[in-house]
Amino acid sequence: MQMKDAMNLTAAGAGGRTAGKAQVVGKDTGRKNGRKAAEHIMQVVFLICGLIAVGFVLLISVYLIISGIPAIREVGLVNFLFGDTWDSYNKTDPQFGILPMILTSVYGTAGAIVIGVPIGFFTAVFLSKVAPPKLAAVVRPAVSLLAGIPSVVYGLVGMIVLVPWIRTTFNLPAGDSLFAAIIVLAVMILPSIISVSETALQAVPQEYEEASLALGATELETYFRVSVPAAKSGIAAAVVLGIGRAIGEAMAILMVAGNVANMPSLFSSVRFLTTGIAIEMNYASPGSLQRNALYSIGLVLFLFIMLINVLLNVVLKREKED
Amino acid sequence: MHTRQLSPSRRFYDIAVRALLYVSSAVTVLLLVCIIGYICYRGIPGINWEFLTTEESLLRGTMGILPAIVHTLYVILFSIIIALPLGVGAAIYLTEYAHNRRLVTAIEYATETLAGIPSIIYALVGAIIFSEALKLGTTLIAGSLTLVIMTLPTIIRTTQESLKTVPQSYREGSLGLGSGKWRMIRTVVLPSSVDGIVTGCILAIGRVVGESAVLMYTAGLSTMMQDFSSIQNFMDASGATLTVALYIYAKERADFAVAFSIATILLVLTVVINLAAGYAGKKLKR
Repeated sequence: MQMKDAMNLTAAGAGGRTAGKAQVVGKDTGRKNGRKAAEHIMQVVFLICGLIAVGFVLLISVYLIISGIPAIREVGLVNFLFGDTWDSYNKTDPQFGILPMILTSVYGTAGAIVIGVPIGFFTAVFLSKVAPPKLAAVVRPAVSLLAGIPSVVYGLVGMIVLVPWIRTTFNLPAGDSLFAAIIVLAVMILPSIISVSETALQAVPQEYEEASLALGATELETYFRVSVPAAKSGIAAAVVLGIGRAIGEAMAILMVAGNVANMPSLFSSVRFLTTGIAIEMNYASPGSLQRNALYSIGLVLFLFIMLINVLLNVVLKREKED
Repeated sequence: MHTRQLSPSRRFYDIAVRALLYVSSAVTVLLLVCIIGYICYRGIPGINWEFLTTEESLLRGTMGILPAIVHTLYVILFSIIIALPLGVGAAIYLTEYAHNRRLVTAIEYATETLAGIPSIIYALVGAIIFSEALKLGTTLIAGSLTLVIMTLPTIIRTTQESLKTVPQSYREGSLGLGSGKWRMIRTVVLPSSVDGIVTGCILAIGRVVGESAVLMYTAGLSTMMQDFSSIQNFMDASGATLTVALYIYAKERADFAVAFSIATILLVLTVVINLAAGYAGKKLKR
């Protein structure tokens, strides 16, 4: 910060000097003024570029709130959030209760975290501490490839492999279920959990580990009783990030969850907040209550995500303080 | 060698935890291997020259995904052309110009927020803002513009990282020779951070290629070749990109062979993008 200030001072000084000289050498004034104008224009252009991100966030929030409020007002906030039936196509008596979707999203995310976090956490410890460099050099690109695979591809594999497997194994009429969605989500959040926790674990000062080893702890005792506690806020950030990913995923689970707005149970067809929007988007005509209700689901989902963002920032702040 | 002198309980702990570590990592790698293997096994037989270079023809009974490839390229080009200058500009402002600490925090917080918003929300917002409010309809343009907002954080963050690695002495040297700030940025800072900008660009392309929800609701579902002959047609074109086409073939037409072939192509693209980003990133570190 100080460096930057010093630099700005130099820049200002240099600018002042050129301006002074320009007065003496009248011939160059035009060109120099032009250059100065260009400097100013570019500064403004860059400022606008910087503000655009803020503008987009405001735009998204404002549009979501404006579009999301009407349906909530028409249905009633309590009926909307805690109504247990969603029947938007019913012409005579449509129902717009999203409790099943909220609960499905919460259960689905929790399930994905329960399965994905332990696997991801242990893989991260392996990669950052235990793995021989050559093996790590194979596993690490594998993890980043896993992160890059498009979500529809996960959905396709889930739909063709996982869903039939669930149907035959658990002897169900159909395999499209919350369980299938949980497994697909667990796989999808794995890469972000691994890479964020690995970064946190690698940032642990080596002296901590050396001290522990010198006191007679084994390598693994050191990693789990010294390194992991030292990296705990980074690992917590990884979990929060995983929650964000899981709660926001739409396309992959659209292909495996069955998409009926039931109250969630492990082996029944369910509809998440995300898939609740996705499944009806192309069929709801603009301006209808059904379409507006989809915007309201979007608003609820957005609030969930903002909540998670705040949580993430709190966790990251604590990490910085550590 | 240490393990032998340990008490039984500590030895057990050591063995159990080590097993857990290896099993978890093996699960991660096996998952990837199985997914890739299965997709290639089902997808590769359907891929041939005709599949890549023609469109689906019901008359001749042939299958081709050229339209999806063209639509994907359209969306990539259009969104990157807009997002790149905006993102690089924002990063330059943050690292070179900004004095106001609050403003920097606000911009960085906004960027993080944009990165965390799920794509289905972008789909909603894109449909409301670009398709309806700006009357662009369900077109590739509306989809590309929505993707601009989505890819912006990626480009801002990577560019910012690489701008930070440009040594301060370069800047001082340039300013000391009497150049203005913009001239310094143009001639010294940007050329030395080109690798980072390229990395950001590649990562953004990766996001566009993998995106499906946004494009499904803003860019259209047609798997047929669009008419790009005039500017008006170009603006009105709407169609499915590779990911959306995969979804349509798998979920709506139950044509799984085609879906797996598209998945194979997407996998190849993902590998290429990952390698390219890794390569550019490595150059950046040097």
